[in-house]
Amino acid sequence: MATITVQRPKLAWHEKWFISPFIKGMKLTLAHAIKNLFLLIGRKEKTTMEYPEQKWDSHLPDYYRGAPALVTDEHGRERCVSCQLCEFICPPKAIKIIPGEIPSDDPWAKVEKRPKEFDIDMIRCIYCGMCEEVCPEQAIFLRKDYAITGTSRAEMLHDKKRLYEIGGKRVGLVNKWNELK
Amino acid sequence: MPPVTQEYEAPDAATKAARQLETLEETTTDLVGEKLVLNMGPSHPATHGVLRLVLELDGEIITKADPDVGFLHRGDEKIAENMHYNQFVPYTDRLDYLAPLANNVAYAMAVEKLLGWELPARGQAIRVICCEMARISSHLLGVGVFAMDVGAMSVFLYTFYEREKIYNLSELLTGARFTTSYTRIGGQIRDLTPDFIAGLKKFLDEVVPVIDETDALLSKNAIFINRTQDIGFISKEDAIAYGMSGPNLRASGVDFDLRKAHPYLGYEKYDFDIPIGAKGDCYDRYLVRMEEMRQSVRILKQVLANLPEGPINVAESKGLLPKKEKVLMKMEELIHHFIIATQGIDVPPGEVYFGHENPKGELGFYIHSKGGGVPYRLKIRSPSFVNLSILSKLLPGHMLSDIPAILGSLDFVMGECDR
Ligand code: SF4
Ligand code: SF4
Repeated sequence: MATITVQRPKLAWHEKWFISPFIKGMKLTLAHAIKNLFLLIGRKEKTTMEYPEQKWDSHLPDYYRGAPALVTDEHGRERCVSCQLCEFICPPKAIKIIPGEIPSDDPWAKVEKRPKEFDIDMIRCIYCGMCEEVCPEQAIFLRKDYAITGTSRAEMLHDKKRLYEIGGKRVGLVNKWNELK
Repeated sequence: MPPVTQEYEAPDAATKAARQLETLEETTTDLVGEKLVLNMGPSHPATHGVLRLVLELDGEIITKADPDVGFLHRGDEKIAENMHYNQFVPYTDRLDYLAPLANNVAYAMAVEKLLGWELPARGQAIRVICCEMARISSHLLGVGVFAMDVGAMSVFLYTFYEREKIYNLSELLTGARFTTSYTRIGGQIRDLTPDFIAGLKKFLDEVVPVIDETDALLSKNAIFINRTQDIGFISKEDAIAYGMSGPNLRASGVDFDLRKAHPYLGYEKYDFDIPIGAKGDCYDRYLVRMEEMRQSVRILKQVLANLPEGPINVAESKGLLPKKEKVLMKMEELIHHFIIATQGIDVPPGEVYFGHENPKGELGFYIHSKGGGVPYRLKIRSPSFVNLSILSKLLPGHMLSDIPAILGSLDFVMGECDR
């Protein structure tokens, strides 16, 4: 087993009397200060970011786990079939679904079910992404929204309408229902 | 194993009275009322969260210290009993929230040990990357905050800036900066991307100068030395007796690291050293952390140099969720998917303990399973909690102003201590 004992440095007299550490410390901090000053003038990427004006968004990967939302397909069909698997798996139980039937005169009647109500309580949601992981219909996705704030509890409860609004349309997914006769 | 029960006798009136007298005596040793009881925390900047210390002071000297924990208790262990093994992964992020990736790995490894699963080589390498990244991140903050507690503000700024890069990397890896939830039982959610590997290589080159810089600012700094050397001395025997672990144990000169003592994840393949301290004071704990960061960089470089190819998860047939593409188009896979998602991974009955060398010490998960997808009991052995238990022995005799140095050097996190 390779073990090393950490060594304590021996201090010279000028180090004991705070002289050289003082100079060295000043040099290092000044170097940082000057570097940052140049970055400030050069408008390059700075150490800090002025948040609400500047945003980190362009760096976020596609799979960034922000607020979950529901999506529709190319034809505006609700992808969710209210199988309630996401409601079941959600660790903090943030999702509440009331399933509903699709009336027989609807063009998508063969899908049979869609949610009547679909609420995600954004105060409970922990952005874990498990709902997206288990959804067998690719109907729920975590989006790149992270600044979700509200002034009341009611506002933080995203209902079905709101979820489709933020989710929007996603193309390029598997459309098994469209091919199914 | 039959349950062990122990019977306690109800004290009779005489013993009760004697006991009362004892406590009475204890409080009245201070006859002239010279001692001062001081509450430090639960919201004091030096207590790193919500630790409350009830101190008894004689002038500036501490005569008695009583740490009071539990302000951040969320009942994580009970929560675990009510959900599938995989569903508990996000909760482990919130234990040691300065190293969420390492917690994820520790938890998944514990359940896999009970299942008898072993990850393929690439999966193991990815987990090593996670653990060592978490270690560097946690120590960067630990050293920075320690320095800030004893008055060296600028060190904290530089290490914190470096730590930010690790968060950018974990965002690339897991899709979240802080609440990573990266592992699942039997694997992880995503493979490494080329972006991430390039980013990590760049980071490894950039972090070493920052460690050197921190070294230059602190190691020979007479003020820092005066505040840390020969303060908070923990002897080898005490460290073992109080069950300390991690850098705090090694700083006391005990040569024990789970990565070497019980190698897992293929740690035996990597060439790295275990730094130990000679004395066991605050300064040694600082030195050990600094050296551990360098060793972690060394391990990461080795992992990246020969990263195996291949699958990252155990075979799907063992009971993982099937691949999404198949679930979407195939009836059988869909049924399978539903069964696994609703019933969880079927874990055999049994008990298992897995200790993982987390940045703060040995993070252990003890799982008692009665079969099925939900643990019967899950106990978390959190290193911070155990490390803090020494405070009532360690603090008396020190000055009040030594507390920030001692607490900073112990580097604990209350999210894990109170769980
Ligand atoms: S979002 Fe997906 S998992 Fe949730 S109910 Fe709809 S189809 Fe099922
Ligand atoms: S992201 Fe996680 S917590 Fe949020 S709704 Fe989905 S499953 Fe629930």
